[in-house]
Amino acid sequence: MDSVNATGARWVHQNVVVSFRTFTAITGSGFRRYATYRQATLAGAFTNTVFGFLRCYVLLAVADATAQGLAGGYDRAQLATFVWVGQGLLAVVLLWGWTELADRIRTGDVAADLLRPVNPVLSYLATDLGRAGHAVLTRLIPPVVTGLIFFDMYLPQRWVTGPLFVASLVLAVLACFGCRYLVNAAAYWLHDVRGPMIAWTLGSGVLAGLYFPLRFLPDWAAVALWVATPFPSLLQTPLDVVVERDPPATQAGLVALQAVWVVLLLAACGRVQRRAERKLVIQGG
Amino acid sequence: MVELRPYVALFRGQARSLASYRASFVLELSTNVFATVMDVLTVLVLFRVSRTLGGFTLREALLVVGLSSCAFAAADLAVGNIERIKFYVRTGLLDAVLVRPLGALPQLLLMDLPLRKLSRCAFGTGVLVFAAATAGIDWTPGRVVLVVAAPLAGVVFFSAIFVVSAAVAFWWVETGEIGNAFTYGGRDFTSYPITVYSGWFRRLFAYGMGFAFVSYYPALALLGRADPLGLPVWVGYAAPSVAVVAAAAASVVWRVGIRHYRSTGS
Repeated sequence: MDSVNATGARWVHQNVVVSFRTFTAITGSGFRRYATYRQATLAGAFTNTVFGFLRCYVLLAVADATAQGLAGGYDRAQLATFVWVGQGLLAVVLLWGWTELADRIRTGDVAADLLRPVNPVLSYLATDLGRAGHAVLTRLIPPVVTGLIFFDMYLPQRWVTGPLFVASLVLAVLACFGCRYLVNAAAYWLHDVRGPMIAWTLGSGVLAGLYFPLRFLPDWAAVALWVATPFPSLLQTPLDVVVERDPPATQAGLVALQAVWVVLLLAACGRVQRRAERKLVIQGG
Repeated sequence: MVELRPYVALFRGQARSLASYRASFVLELSTNVFATVMDVLTVLVLFRVSRTLGGFTLREALLVVGLSSCAFAAADLAVGNIERIKFYVRTGLLDAVLVRPLGALPQLLLMDLPLRKLSRCAFGTGVLVFAAATAGIDWTPGRVVLVVAAPLAGVVFFSAIFVVSAAVAFWWVETGEIGNAFTYGGRDFTSYPITVYSGWFRRLFAYGMGFAFVSYYPALALLGRADPLGLPVWVGYAAPSVAVVAAAAASVVWRVGIRHYRSTGS
């Protein structure tokens, strides 16, 4: 392998401080880039809010129809918080609609990414963190405020929930980035990623706990999802943390499980990227 | 007499392009059905937790879901791709469409007809047939007509919603996802008995925008249940006529929009 290889043997010469500065610079530019999409941000927040009303009413009706007013162990206020924070988190982790890498692979623009002296996975991750930071301010707050105005929402009671939620949120962003990167990277082999993309779009919403809390499922199914798939780590775990569904120890355990998934997913991204670069042929002249 | 041949040619071109990637088409056809399957599964999961929802049992609620998903899937198949109009406006393709001596709307629809969504349509219809067969409906001639007319009117209604929310792109190109709030949002709204919702939100979506008449009121008439919200029984039978109003409104918005359109320039 004498060809130009973007990720090969780069780490040896790299200074940690310099690479950290590069990373934060890319993160900052990611934040600024998404800050320019003002209309899209507004439109997205509006749509998430409308769906918040729809989902919230449906889940509250479920709780109302049960004997103790508890649905899957959540009371009415917890369900309201679950839905409205979830509608915001959906945009922060960016569950849907990221095809940038796949598009660049298809058009061949990815060649420019590979020539840069930055690991492509890290550079996309840095941009994504900037985007997520912007989304926390513009996409998480509007639905949560709407929920607070129109519904009786559960507010966290334990002080640990604050730091645990922040940790869980960051891990969810990282895990979701890993999943999206892997789905997009299928384009290195398939060129047309519509198949994997549709599967991801359909599966992620339901399996991450967006349509209904996963505790509505039979216990064995919920546990299997948590342990065997990364999906609950994308939404369900941070939401369970913020509504204090479980005692603190269990919550810490779920966040630790998230961390395990983040390590596995990011390692997989790095591996896939290296394999892809070995075989990549840029199409076109 | 409108000349239909150019439209048939457009459709055949579309079908031929699909036939040349047959494996890909079959794959898309089979994955696409899961979108509708998920919606129905969600309802089943919710009923696992509680026996009723908004005062309706699973059997009754399934009729509402069937009417909604059958109508939405068919409208999405026929007209859903109009949401790509933002892309057509931005790339200037709309200009090419407008200079041809054919209607702009049918051209846009036929140029990119998503035949892969046929599978959703079949599944939605299957749910409706199953629900109608198992809900214990006391069949009268009126109800037989209604069970056919209601989904057809629903298709027209959802198509009108698709066209109106796409036409917004004539004024505001970067509409982003706003249209989804009313198209997919409308599908979600009509998937449940409207007794689930409350307050101004229900009044706005159910009566203001007319979504209550897509699945809820026809389902009440089919089941022979009185409306807990107090509207008389005949409303269920008259519900399909709302589609006419919606279609007329959509056609006005589309015409005004296309007149307003001033290209994107070079």
